[in-house]
Amino acid sequence: MHNHTTAHPALAHHFDSLDQQQEAASLGMWVFLLTEILFFGGLFLVYTIYRGWYPQAFASASHHLDIPLGTINTAVLIGSSLTMAMAVHAAQLNSRKGIMVFIVLTMVLGTVFLGIKGLEYSHKFHEHLIPGLHFEYAAEPQFVRHAQIFFSLYFVMTGLHAAHMIVGMGLMTWMLIWTARGVIGNGYYSPVEIVGLYWHFVDIVWIFLFPLLYLIGRHA
Amino acid sequence: MHKDTDMAGHAASSTHHVVPLKIYYAIFAILMTLTGITVAVAYVDLGPLNSVVALVIACVKALLVVLFFMHLKYSTRLIKLTAIAGLYWMIILLALTLSDYLTRGWGTFGQQVLVK
Repeated sequence: MHNHTTAHPALAHHFDSLDQQQEAASLGMWVFLLTEILFFGGLFLVYTIYRGWYPQAFASASHHLDIPLGTINTAVLIGSSLTMAMAVHAAQLNSRKGIMVFIVLTMVLGTVFLGIKGLEYSHKFHEHLIPGLHFEYAAEPQFVRHAQIFFSLYFVMTGLHAAHMIVGMGLMTWMLIWTARGVIGNGYYSPVEIVGLYWHFVDIVWIFLFPLLYLIGRHA
Repeated sequence: MHKDTDMAGHAASSTHHVVPLKIYYAIFAILMTLTGITVAVAYVDLGPLNSVVALVIACVKALLVVLFFMHLKYSTRLIKLTAIAGLYWMIILLALTLSDYLTRGWGTFGQQVLVK
């Protein structure tokens, strides 16, 4: 408010300036992402310990995952990070149209990722690779128990990742509405920026999930 | 480029660095190349190095996303410190747990990951 005859409509009264407010919003998002590292970190630790105990069963079970589909999905998600970065870029230049176009593109790519993931889940269901009573591992029966640990981790980690993507796409829908209504724009874009931070974090989780789940012991 | 920087020119202000699109395209190209390399390397038998190479590539990709797509390279020291705190915590979690597992079961835990 200082030195401004009229305050920006998005400026909350407890901040001196829009810059300060955006800085606080970014910091808040980064702190939230730290709690997400705690969240996913525990799962990565469990993965590390079980893979340490049962390396051959993990390599064997990993061979049942589809590398081409996993690779396509990695490319799709990295592409969606690029379009998200471009949405923030458009927001920085106050281009409402740019924000809308790139957020919609990001959501399309996110939907493609989830579609492919759903296809993979469906294959695993038909191959009886869902841990539980109907799990079948006839080709290498010595791994039947430990392979279920791998698939439990596969479904929990990729499922939690997919849930984060669904949340992210919900947030993007919200951003589209706010941009259309004119809440975002005119120098105020921190909601788009912090949704971007979240989306890139989800991308990073997948960057680790892909090699750890899909690419173990392939040469063997 | 900055024709719409009204409201005290926030879009071009120092705390919110506008990264040129060229950098985003370059980072995207590097990320895709690294993805291709990590898939290709998985089919080559490097012994214990397979896991190491896969993780190093994943860490480089994550670093590029954090520095450029998440703007950490252009962020304030406070936000850099916050990000590093997350990484540091993850290192504590893995290092302390593995120091227990690897020494408690000498020769059993983790050995075949290296052999395989």
